[in-house]
Amino acid sequence: MINAAGREIPEIIKGITKVTPYAGPFAICPQGRMVGPKIRAGKPGSEKLLKSLEQAIDASGLRDGMTISFHHHFRNGDYVLNQVVEAIARKGIRGLTLAPSSLNDVNDAIIPHIEAGVITAIETSGGRGKLGRLMTLGKLSKPTIIRSHGGRARAIECGDLHIDVAFLGAPCCDRYGNMNGVEGRSACGSLGYAMVDAAYADTVVAITDNLVPHPVHPISIPQTQVDFVVVVDSIGDPAGIASGALRISRNPRELLMAEYATGVIEHSEYFRQGISLQLGSGGASLSAAKFIQEKMLARGITGSFGVGGITNPFVEMLEQGLFETMFDTQDFDLPSIQSLRNNPRHVEMSASYYANPHSAGPIVNNLDVVILSATEVDVDFNVNVITDSNGIIMGASGGHSDTAAGAKLAIVVAPLLRGRLPMVLDRVDTIVTPGETVDVIITERGIAVNPRRTDLIESLKGSRLPVLHIQDLQRMAVELAGKPEPLPAGDEVVALIEYRDGSIIDVVRKPK
Amino acid sequence: MKMEQLKLRRAMMFMPGNNPAMLQNAGIYGADTVIFDVEDAVAVSEKDAARQLVHNAIKRLQYPCEVAVRINHIQTPFGLDDLKVILPAKPDLIRLPKAETGQDIKIIDEIIGEAEAKYGFAAGSIGMMAAIETAKGLMHAYEIATASPRMVALAIGGEDFVADLKTSRSREGWELFVARSQLLLAARAAGIQAIDSVFANANDDEGFLAETRLIKELGFDGKSVINPRQVRMAQEVFTPSEKEIKNAERVLAAYKEALERKSGVVALDGKMIDTPIVTRAERVLAYAAAVRK
Repeated sequence: MINAAGREIPEIIKGITKVTPYAGPFAICPQGRMVGPKIRAGKPGSEKLLKSLEQAIDASGLRDGMTISFHHHFRNGDYVLNQVVEAIARKGIRGLTLAPSSLNDVNDAIIPHIEAGVITAIETSGGRGKLGRLMTLGKLSKPTIIRSHGGRARAIECGDLHIDVAFLGAPCCDRYGNMNGVEGRSACGSLGYAMVDAAYADTVVAITDNLVPHPVHPISIPQTQVDFVVVVDSIGDPAGIASGALRISRNPRELLMAEYATGVIEHSEYFRQGISLQLGSGGASLSAAKFIQEKMLARGITGSFGVGGITNPFVEMLEQGLFETMFDTQDFDLPSIQSLRNNPRHVEMSASYYANPHSAGPIVNNLDVVILSATEVDVDFNVNVITDSNGIIMGASGGHSDTAAGAKLAIVVAPLLRGRLPMVLDRVDTIVTPGETVDVIITERGIAVNPRRTDLIESLKGSRLPVLHIQDLQRMAVELAGKPEPLPAGDEVVALIEYRDGSIIDVVRKPK
Repeated sequence: MKMEQLKLRRAMMFMPGNNPAMLQNAGIYGADTVIFDVEDAVAVSEKDAARQLVHNAIKRLQYPCEVAVRINHIQTPFGLDDLKVILPAKPDLIRLPKAETGQDIKIIDEIIGEAEAKYGFAAGSIGMMAAIETAKGLMHAYEIATASPRMVALAIGGEDFVADLKTSRSREGWELFVARSQLLLAARAAGIQAIDSVFANANDDEGFLAETRLIKELGFDGKSVINPRQVRMAQEVFTPSEKEIKNAERVLAAYKEALERKSGVVALDGKMIDTPIVTRAERVLAYAAAVRK
């Protein structure tokens, strides 16, 4: 069947119980109730602190075929996921579904355990490197399910993704399971993604390298949700968890695109007192912070809140009083971790509060403006951030489709050419974010406004910004680099791109 | 009309002629002129490839700005070949480095003239500029500036010049003070533009801005830049502020009113307005109009 994004979706997909085709960004009206966490009874005097991962695995009741989850707040410095999978493999448990909030290059280490059948399915935000390749080559028992951050929170809270055991790395934890991410040598800042797992998994195991006396303060994930605590030597490599302060790019092409993005915001109706904003951590969108800061000071306005993926430029704006509040699901550098710890206006939030579309309203609904990056875009404004020009999975969905759907002005920044390849196509290889939720595409050679946004086209008139039709941008790219032949699509579906509402917006097929 | 003749060359941006990605994106940064370099930025073993690449870039890509090519000096084994390959692509300007005599300019002028005739370009449609990089060149600056009607600008090549002076460049630039001033005098006497040297430290924005403000005050028309990020900074320094524009408009209005009243003495805010002040005001407005275009 052809879904509302124009993609052919098989009616029956191996290993997937129900295939719901994407019907539009807000087409699904969910019925029923959210799932509830399992009832437990932690009695006075009970001991949660166990001696080893092995003991915790036993205590959790983990068996063949169950689903385990992890958070990705330790990014490429994560030691938890690999250690736990290793310990599970030693126990001879097999056929597990791995459902972390995302995967990083460091997790390539689990590939032998996938090949050995310890893990046979993956549900996550995306994949990179060798893991991405493995997913694309269809080495798993069923297609990988790729969800946005909001979509994952929805899937957990609505019961589409049931987690049997969540193994949560805790930079600071007490023996009764209260934890936060802002203290300790492996501090990662917000534990926003882990909060959803902790609230809904049948069993929650906290893994820490920093056991402190009860009670931890502040508490990000409470003892009421945590069944066991294990101390290990190290849960992560600080250098891989957070970089030093992320700086504005010095790449002139990224700066140019950042300036154009800022110009669009400045000329839109949303650039007014109380603006709310999310910036991606990519070069151009991060760099826009500097220009937005200048324009806000010049116009004499302040914003209501920022959302992230928090980075140093955002923290600076919070400290300058340019924003009232920061909502934080994840931190990318040391200054943002420090800010979350010290600044009461810097607020930790769960992935559900951030972006679950099937709640009474996530914070993305209140966003005025988001700046996002893209791997490639097409003339219908669809965006791909998942597969590369060879059709291999190499990126993650993240909050892309969530923020694009929520924000009043969704700006996507992408270079017109990468190497010799045009990045404005007839149709993107894989749709992650549907064009009807994307308002503006910015390249180094011009800006295209979604024709649906006649109001925006009007406000950009007389702005001196290089506003063009998307087809003109595509023509420019093709004149410079020629028209790439479309990828020969295979038949075997190896991954599903789930839209945030649980419908299938696209599938990834194994390349021929 | 004076206003239409004003060609802005606030930021002339160098791009290495052997880097396809940079050539392809050279036009997107808003430089007034891009200068494709086949001289110092290109190793001897790559000269032939660079000239072909630059030829094709000029012919195939549409640059929204003036396009210049810095050739190798014609006394080197490469300069004449550079002209042979690049002129058929019709650059807007040829920039000669290390100019020392008017004779150098005359030779190139003649070669360009022949190419214009051969390829059917309008006579005089390819301009020239020369960089003064030695004491000897500076001594002949006026002769160089007036050696061909194609000449639109003199530039100073600071690094080489300072080496020739047997000193080194400081952040304040005192060692170049006399040379800059002399070069400006020669350019003005010849009725052409004066362009300042590059500022080599692309990470020192403050230093760049200070130097650009200095050379603007000296009277220069623009600056050579090596990093796209410096384009906007240079242009902002050279662009008249709203206040300057307002003031110029008031000066002209007061002057016009005085002419209508046939009054000999014009004053504005208690200051006398005479011809040079009127000329300066006209220049500010012409500049502002050119920037707006």
